[in-house]
This record gives sequence, C-alpha cells and structure tokens, in this order.
Amino acid sequence: MGQAVAGPLSAYDPSGFYCEMLGGNGDSAGHTQAIRDRLNGLDLDVLRGRARDAELELYSFGITFTVYTQKDVIDRILPFDVIPRVISAETWATIERGVTQRVTALNLFLKDIYHDRKILKDGIIPAELVLGNKNYCPQMEGVDVPFGTYVHINGTDLVRGDDGQFVVLEDNARCPSGVSYVVENRHLMQRSFPDLLSNIGIRPVSNYGQKLHEALVETAPQGVSDPQVVLLSPGTYNSAYFEHIFLAREMGVPLVEGSDLVVENDKVYMKTINGIDPVHVIYRRVNDEFLDPEAFNPASVLGAAGLMRAYAKGNVSLANAVGTGVADDKAVYAYMPRVIQYYLDEEAILPNVETHICREPEGLKYCLDNLDKLVVKPVGEAGGYGITIGPRASARELEKCRADLLADPANYIAQPMVNLSVCPTVTEEGIQARHVDLRPFAVTGKSTWVLPGGLSRVALIKGSIIVNSSQGGGSKDTWVLE
Amino acid sequence: MSRLLSRYAEAIYWMARYVERAENLARILDVNETFSRDSRGWQNWQSILQINRDEERFLAEHEEATAEAVIYFYTLDQRNVTSIISAVNQARGNARTLRPLISTEMWIQLNIFSNTLKSIAREDLSEPRLARFCNQVKEACQTHTGITEGTFYRDEGWFFYQIGRSLERADQTTRLLDVKYHLLLPTTATVGSPLDVSHWNAVLRSAAGYHAFRRVHPSGMTSADVAGFLLFNSRFPRSVRACVHDISNRLSQLRSSYRLIGGAGALEELDELRTVLDDIRIEQVIAKGLHEFIDWIQLKLINIHAELGTAYFGHLAPAEDVVEQAV
Repeated sequence: MGQAVAGPLSAYDPSGFYCEMLGGNGDSAGHTQAIRDRLNGLDLDVLRGRARDAELELYSFGITFTVYTQKDVIDRILPFDVIPRVISAETWATIERGVTQRVTALNLFLKDIYHDRKILKDGIIPAELVLGNKNYCPQMEGVDVPFGTYVHINGTDLVRGDDGQFVVLEDNARCPSGVSYVVENRHLMQRSFPDLLSNIGIRPVSNYGQKLHEALVETAPQGVSDPQVVLLSPGTYNSAYFEHIFLAREMGVPLVEGSDLVVENDKVYMKTINGIDPVHVIYRRVNDEFLDPEAFNPASVLGAAGLMRAYAKGNVSLANAVGTGVADDKAVYAYMPRVIQYYLDEEAILPNVETHICREPEGLKYCLDNLDKLVVKPVGEAGGYGITIGPRASARELEKCRADLLADPANYIAQPMVNLSVCPTVTEEGIQARHVDLRPFAVTGKSTWVLPGGLSRVALIKGSIIVNSSQGGGSKDTWVLE
Repeated sequence: MSRLLSRYAEAIYWMARYVERAENLARILDVNETFSRDSRGWQNWQSILQINRDEERFLAEHEEATAEAVIYFYTLDQRNVTSIISAVNQARGNARTLRPLISTEMWIQLNIFSNTLKSIAREDLSEPRLARFCNQVKEACQTHTGITEGTFYRDEGWFFYQIGRSLERADQTTRLLDVKYHLLLPTTATVGSPLDVSHWNAVLRSAAGYHAFRRVHPSGMTSADVAGFLLFNSRFPRSVRACVHDISNRLSQLRSSYRLIGGAGALEELDELRTVLDDIRIEQVIAKGLHEFIDWIQLKLINIHAELGTAYFGHLAPAEDVVEQAV
C-alpha cells in the first residue's frame, strides 16, 4: 500500500462493495496503485474542470445531448465519467479466454441447430426451447455461412460480485452496440488527461475498426477476391447512428441505408453515381425482421427486398448472421455452461450467474423454497418486464410469483441478487462509489479476437444498479494494463 | 475505393448549396438594410419577400411586412424553410448524413454554427445589430468553405460539392440583382440619380464586388455597368458567368476523371447557358428586360439541377413541374 495522500480519493468509500480501484475480498488491487497516486495528485476542482472540458468537446462533436431544444435530441451519448475502470493483465487474460470460449460455443450451437440439431437430439437443451423460440429463424435452416461464423460481433455483459469474480449476465449476439464509446472514451481521456495515462502501459483499443474489417473480409462469399464491405444502418435518426458513422469511417467502407441497396438476380448491389456496384459483405445494424420485406416484415423500408434470397445462395455475407437471436435468449442463456461443455468439452471459464431453470424439477423446487432471496425472470420477455425481485417483493407479490411459477414453470428462471462491483466516480458530492458492469466485444472471422477492455457502463444514480443510458447510466474508459 | 453512393452525392451537393444559400441570404439582408434606411424602407422589405416568392407564406402569418417581422422571418424563424437558420440546419443535416465522408473538422464547425444560431435571441436582430449578425453568418459560411478547401478529400464527392456551391451562387447572384430590379420599378425616374447609384454601390458591396468593379470601371457607375459586371465578368467569383463556367468545367472533369456515363443532358444545358453568357451584351439584356433575362437564367439553372438529379442522384426523369419545388 502506498502512503496516504490527501487527494480526491482519500475520502472515497466503496461502501462495502467490491471496488474496481481498491479491490476487496482480500485483494488490494495493487495494479491500480500508480493510477490512484496520480488521481490523488489532482485537485477535485481540476478533475471537475477537465471533465467539463470533455463534455464541451462531446457537445461540439455533436454526440451529446443538445442543450437548446429537446426535440433535436437525436445525437446522444452515454454521459462520460473521467475516472477510468482498470483491469489487470491477469484478470483480462481470463476474460479474454472466457469470452472467446463463449463465442466459439455460440457459433457451434447456431450451426448445429440450423443443421443437424445434435444438441437437441442428445437432450442437452429442450428442443421446444430452441425451435419454439420466437428468435429461431426457419429461413436459416440448411444455410451455410463461411467458417461457421454466425456471430461476427458479440458483446458479453459481465458483472463482478462481492467475491471479485466476473460472471456472465447476458450474451448479445444480434447487433451489440457500444463499441464506439470504447474507442471515443479513450480518445477523450488521451486529450483531457494525458498526465494520467502516460507510461501506465494501457493496451490500445484504436485498431478495432481494422480488426473488424479484416474479419468481415475473411467471411466474404467464396471466390470474391476483393470484397466490397458496407455497413447497413437504419439511418440518421437511429439512436446508434453515431456509432454507425464511427465504424464506417474506421473501416473505410460506405455507410448505406436500405434505399441504397438493390437485389438483382439474387445478387446485392448499391446505387452509385455511375449505376449499380456489387456488394459482398453487409455489416448490418438493422434487426433481422427489417432486413428483407420479402422474407420478414413486409412493411420494412430499412432493408432490401430479395436480400435473404441472395444470402441463402451465398452471394452475400451478413454480419451478424440472421437468426442469432435464439442463442442469446434468456432461456438459452441458462443452458450455456452445458452448451460449452457439450461442444468444447470444457468448463465455462466465465461462469453464468447461478441460474435455476424452473422447467427442471430441482430448479423449480429450489426456486419455490428460496423465493424471497431470488430474482425470478420470465424467459420470453425483454427489458426487465415481469421480473420479481424476491428480497424487495411484498408477501402478496411473492404469492403471485409462486402461483405463476407453478402454473407455467418452463417460462421462468431464477437467479440470486448480484451485488455489482463499484468504481470511484465524480459526482456532485465528490468522488463516490457507483456500480459498474463490463461489455467486452469479440470479433470473429476465421478466428476470434477480443478488444482489450470493453464498455464499462456506470449507474450514475446513487445506489442504482441500472446502467442503461435511458435510466441514468454513463460510461467510463476501461484500461486493460499491459 | 468504392464508387460514391447516389445518396451521398446528392447530400454533398445540397450541403454546399445550403451553406452558400445561407451566406447569400445574409448578403441580401445586409444590403437591404442599407436600402431600407430611406423613405422607401417598407417597400424594400416587401421586395425581398417578392424575389423569394414568399409573400403568400409570410402574409399568412403576419399582418404586414414590418422590418422586424421580415428580418426574423429570414433569419431565425425555423418554421420558415427559406430562413438562414433553416438553410444552416439543412446543411448540418446533410453533413450529419455525410459524416462518414466529410472531415471531422467540417462536421464540428457546421454543428457549432447551427448550435450558435439556435442560441441567438430575436431581440439580437433589431436593425442596428442586423449587420453584425449578417457578418457572423457570412464569416461562418466562409469558415466552412475554407475548412472544406483544406480538408475535404478530393474524390467524386468534392466535384459535387463544387458544382452545388457554384450553382447556388449563380442563382443567388441573379436574386441579388433582382432585388435592385424590384426597387427600380415603381419610380423609374430615379434611375441614374445619386440615390440610385448608392443602391447599386450597396449591391456591389454586398457581393464583395466593389473593388473588383472599380478595377474594371475606374470611374463612374451606371446600372448597366453593375448589372453587366455581376452577370458577365469572367474573373469575379460571384458573377453568374464565372459560376456557370465553373460548373461546366467541374462537371466535365468529373465525368472524364471517373468515367461516368450520365450527365450529358446537364452539359448540354450548361453549354447553352454559357454560350449566351459569353456572347450577349448588357445593353441587349436591358433592352429585352433584365428581369426576364434573370428569369431565363434561373430556369436554366433549374434544368441543370434536374439533369444532375436524374444522371447522378437516382431521381426519376422529372415532370415539368416537379423541378420547381426541388430548388
């Protein structure tokens, strides 16, 4: 331990939670010592002043809330907190291996369920859970994708409990967003706090675009020597448009909208000033159902009619593949440790949050016996609907939950409450503990690469564990040490 | 390198047009403020509504064309699509679409420009302060032009930028002349009077053309000289002829450098317009009617715009009356 310095961190109290800066559970987080000392060398007002400069920069850049008229708020960014979240090299090595393992299993699982369905025949996961899932896509049956890569870009949501272990909260295998903030947050830190970063040895994140482009080129249709990659965006009014711009620029590829594309003879083209030019790989930031009005939602204008025909013939590659939503579903999540075991014959390196599957008798029994200690989630719903938080529920709510569980146990999973780790964060009241999560991004072409770090989201409201930007969430720069 | 998407080509073209439009609107308001300091003040503000064909829209919401109301209408009124703030918002909107192509510096400057305009209060525009506002707008537009010159990658997109800017500038110079034309109508007796000369002087200055004019015409100033200068001088960057030559050259370069198939129709229209501008004399124009001549130029510019749309922007071949509303 370094000697006490009366800097801005000296009054900081992690309130009993595992702290990303100070450690916990017997770990004193020696890897952050140099960063702590430097932070303590800064005056709190200086810290705030530089934070304001950073905010102003985001405003001029057009990626933050506009202050004049609310109706113009189409460019928004997570509020940015200047105190970084730091991850040691050893811890990162585990996360990197764990994320790679998980993505590998997800891809094998998707290939299997859209082809031979061995995992269903072997009874590892209930067939109706997969085939009856609303994200299962029959159009993908028998469709081959290059290298069996379905999930080119994956975001794995991790949280860290009181014991300091990272566990997987959720897989995001459809169109995970947020990576642009990872890179932009670093640039912002480099401009605002060069003194904090210098000579610490932080792994760079700026090559994400190159890595993504390489992976997309790798997975182009066979026989195309110089594939044309494009990024398909729903357009300027999409909340992630800033990220679409960022990625298109980083990769040097055209950012297209559905109206720019046309399918002729089962091949995809884009409309240019000199007629139409072929397109081979589409990094699409448009959800499955809007991709092709012929195959899915007929009212969609965000995709291109005939795209699925071209895709099924192997004339165009889509990243991510269509139908990946079945793999990151809550119901399937519960089975992921078994899925990993089945395909890779390995234990999950990053465990799930302990999950009780109520469709299984022992899971249901445990859940009913411990209802007041568990979080019960319906599997079909998204966005936190229908969740019962046992420790905070009334007796009546618990009884209703019990009745629902007994009526349709297969629709529920149950998990213990996880105390999210905290990170020192600049607030009105000085530097305080706020809860954080972590979303590392994995890019897969022929093989998988994990961006060192990922998006650290922080719940800026005191005591809150909700990190979503719509509910008071912000973000931090994530430093993986060399 | 992939070819430029039609949608981007159009957005670049419009971004350039809207910035140029904002600058010229500021120029017109500026010169008009000078005119309005005389006994015919109210007429001057009404004439601006006339040349922009905005009388009907304006009078639907306002009882009379007071200076204050017209100034607000053309500067900060976001409901008016022909106001400066609307033009800048449109430029910013196109720039936002173009973020993957334009330089970050171009985007940031337009974003700040648009945010700054939104922060200006109506009171800040009363007539004595209008000149300052107009200067601020001109300067921001010129900053945009400078940043673009210094940072915008020079591929096909750059040509569309140049074409859009020159086309808008040509159109706006004809409008600037038309302001004067309207002023002359009611009392033709004052043509050539000291008052009249001071107005032409103001027109020239608003186009930043006074000194250039003096180099060509060291003494004296007649209506014909000024109109001829603004229409036909090939060395003055805001003259209609210089702009039309520029469009024509850029379009030819664009087509040959990038082996583009379309665009022959636009070149034909340009050739016709250029030939007339090269050959006709201002005396002939005045004899036939300046206003009619200006109308004809504007029609030609509309045709060129429509031809570019079908050749490059993926527009369907326009019906006669569709063209008008696109401009």
